[in-house]
Amino acid sequence: MLSRRALLARGAALGSAAALSPMLPAWARSGTRGVPPTLPTLSGRDIALEIGHMPFTVGGRTGRAIAVNGTVPAPLLRLREGETFRIAVTNTLDEVASIHWHGFLIPFQMDGVPGVSFPGIRPHETFVYELPIKQSGTYWYHSHSGLQEQVGLYGPIIIDPATPDPVAYDREHVLVLSDWSFMAPERIITQLKQEQGHFNRNNLTAAGLFSDDPAQQMSLEDRVKWAKMRMDPTDISDVTGAIYTYLINGHGPAENWTGLFRPGERVRLRVINSSAMTVFHVRIPGLRMTVVNADGENVRPVPVDEFQISVAETYDVIVQPTENRAFTIVAEAVDRSGTGRATLAPRLGMSAPVPPLRSRPLLGMDDMGMAGMGSMGSGGMSGMDHGSMAGGSMAGMGHAAKARGGAMKGGGSMAGMGHGAMPGGGSMGSMNMDMDMRNPANVPPNVDVGVGVDMVAPEPQDRTGNPGLGLENAGHKVLTYRDLIALKPNPDRRRPSRTLEINLTGNMYRFMWSFDGRKFSDGVEPIRFARNERVRVTMVNNSMMQHPMHIHGHFMELVNGHPGHHPLKHTINVLPGSKVTFDITANNPGDWAFHCHLLLHMHAGMFNVVTVRPLDREPA
Amino acid sequence: MGGIEAQREMPNPPPPPAALSGPAHAADLVYNPSDMATAREELRAEQGDLRAYRVLIDRLETQFQEGGNGYKWDAQAWYGSDINKLWLKSEGNGTYRGRVEEGDLQVLWSRAISPYFDLQAGGRVNFGPGPQRTDAVIALQALMPYSYNVEASLFLSNKGELRSRLEAEYDLLITQRLILQPRVELNLSAQNIRELGVGAGLSTVEAGLRLRYEFIPEFAPYVGIEYERKVGNTAGYARASGEDVGSFKYLVGLRSWF
Repeated sequence: MLSRRALLARGAALGSAAALSPMLPAWARSGTRGVPPTLPTLSGRDIALEIGHMPFTVGGRTGRAIAVNGTVPAPLLRLREGETFRIAVTNTLDEVASIHWHGFLIPFQMDGVPGVSFPGIRPHETFVYELPIKQSGTYWYHSHSGLQEQVGLYGPIIIDPATPDPVAYDREHVLVLSDWSFMAPERIITQLKQEQGHFNRNNLTAAGLFSDDPAQQMSLEDRVKWAKMRMDPTDISDVTGAIYTYLINGHGPAENWTGLFRPGERVRLRVINSSAMTVFHVRIPGLRMTVVNADGENVRPVPVDEFQISVAETYDVIVQPTENRAFTIVAEAVDRSGTGRATLAPRLGMSAPVPPLRSRPLLGMDDMGMAGMGSMGSGGMSGMDHGSMAGGSMAGMGHAAKARGGAMKGGGSMAGMGHGAMPGGGSMGSMNMDMDMRNPANVPPNVDVGVGVDMVAPEPQDRTGNPGLGLENAGHKVLTYRDLIALKPNPDRRRPSRTLEINLTGNMYRFMWSFDGRKFSDGVEPIRFARNERVRVTMVNNSMMQHPMHIHGHFMELVNGHPGHHPLKHTINVLPGSKVTFDITANNPGDWAFHCHLLLHMHAGMFNVVTVRPLDREPA
Repeated sequence: MGGIEAQREMPNPPPPPAALSGPAHAADLVYNPSDMATAREELRAEQGDLRAYRVLIDRLETQFQEGGNGYKWDAQAWYGSDINKLWLKSEGNGTYRGRVEEGDLQVLWSRAISPYFDLQAGGRVNFGPGPQRTDAVIALQALMPYSYNVEASLFLSNKGELRSRLEAEYDLLITQRLILQPRVELNLSAQNIRELGVGAGLSTVEAGLRLRYEFIPEFAPYVGIEYERKVGNTAGYARASGEDVGSFKYLVGLRSWF
């Protein structure tokens, strides 16, 4: 390992390189040959990071960013499992800052959440994190203060395993996906409070009734039904390409970040969604990708053509381009309002066609928390659920079949819908809109169904077999959560001793977001776990937005039909109107944040603290 | 999973006693507890307690009509949290040759009472030539099923008169930027108020159509038409003083907000 002096020397070398290609570390610079294990990036046991303001330029326009060591994204940190790292973070801002190590299993006081794990890093002070590393894989770090993450304070981490990596590859590239706006994030959330759907530029229109645009294909009758509910089937993302430029490694689509390969090589792509608000659909036309790692944990290889990566998730994929040509990496925003674009090429300067944006999906019955069948949007009635069930992963389905507490009026007509009675083409013709969409009897009594709750899902389904909004009919293999099987057996084979239902709640009209109907600012009771307790937690999404749910300091075992090999995730995306179950062993004592990783949802109240007791210092 | 299934009736049983042991805040054992308390309060306020505002100029228009062109404004502004807001409303009209004919300003406290309803209470001052009233106001502002906006206000004047105003409008998107807005306004009174020219029952009806183009959502010029008619005793008072009871207007205006 490096001495501190050697590290400083490297820092200086990096600094001069940065002068040649301002604002970007070597790995993120276009034309990079990749991240060989010996690349002089920030590594070693002592690492110094400095948070500060910086101008950031994309698409010929310059805005104000918060950067680490003068770069957006922040420097790549290369750590090693089994070692302890000291990372000194200096805050040159005039406000409190912080860095949270996303997905790390470390002592709570090093987790980096002001007000939960530590007081934060005050202006012009330095905080030294001490991180004992007990895991390996692809991770990332970001600010947990205010809205700093939206303006650039995020960076990738690779932790090399202590034992030989089961994933074989010749070269690796890091792909940091993010969303950049020239509008200040405080202004963005204010505008969301001012007007619902403000950034949506792809609404249903009257003209659309007479057009061939697939994004407009909804009958007048169904449109009226949606309007009656005061819901918007086109409200896919709160913040869209109307103000976002989607970045890959800090490059906009026009800058076209390029990573190099030699034909025939196995290339490992470490994809990290560092966005504030954007769920991406990633594909490389002409290349099959094999998913080998999710959220830092190895999974049994899954060959796919495309995968959804929600905010804060990571996926590692292997590609093996054999042709001597360029390939476009497409990271399309879920609402199809824009795309991140990069290139894999044998030589710099080569590029491949960029496919046009696909059609914006429409929300359907599943997204309202009704027992529909697949998503109605975009004509997507291909019977996806049945398809993936035939694949053999049934376990998650047991609960899914249960309706919630009999809140259905005229439930008889639902039966037909659950079994393929829907015509194709995205019609909701047989949809029963008389179902009570806000019945407090459908949630546990601790849920406050008040102003902040505009919907209670009547019968939320387990949709871990769904590839993501608008991907049901992609025409090729798209990853689903049910495809993820942990490579290693799950460490704790005990049966959970308790269940906990957490309801994800919101009011789209007022842009209020919460758990169980209460915003964090309302002064909520923490979620309490006993140390080493094993709990089965079900997250029920009572909204028509998706929520990437993240717990600090622990992995969640996603209950997806592979008992004993449930994938371990730090972030689980809960599709609109659906529910997801995970098992957790609360083995990391302390206080931990638990929140939706859509930054503005968290900022609107979708946050809580998880406590694990007793602590180390107490008598057990 | 038998044990789990058995507990399904009660999805959230209490945690075991050990979960409730130890300090309330783990970080207080490591860091200065008063620093942590400050940081905790900042965190609480940061995650959900946002104060927002909006200034909406819903209608700022020139009205072309027989007998002299006029102008009209209708604006609102609010500031506050998700639940409680200070809400200002003002509307009025005048002719380009004369002064303001009539105008009002309402100052209201607004409270969200359900996902789509705000209950508002406060006062209204009226201004313009002739006798004026000051009113106590109770109003309901709502997004109704079928996604149209409704504002219903009840005014109790300093002379004990009760009046009411009902407004409804709907945004029909023709394209992403071209929006047709039908709008209806009814004014009612519980009694004849001769000096204000207001008769008991339904007093005036306004029906308008505005077609706006949102260059950006915050800036949308429009053209429109509007028909306004006095009815009942109100119409009688108008005729008696030689005024028209109905008028048809062409509108050119701007809708804007920030």
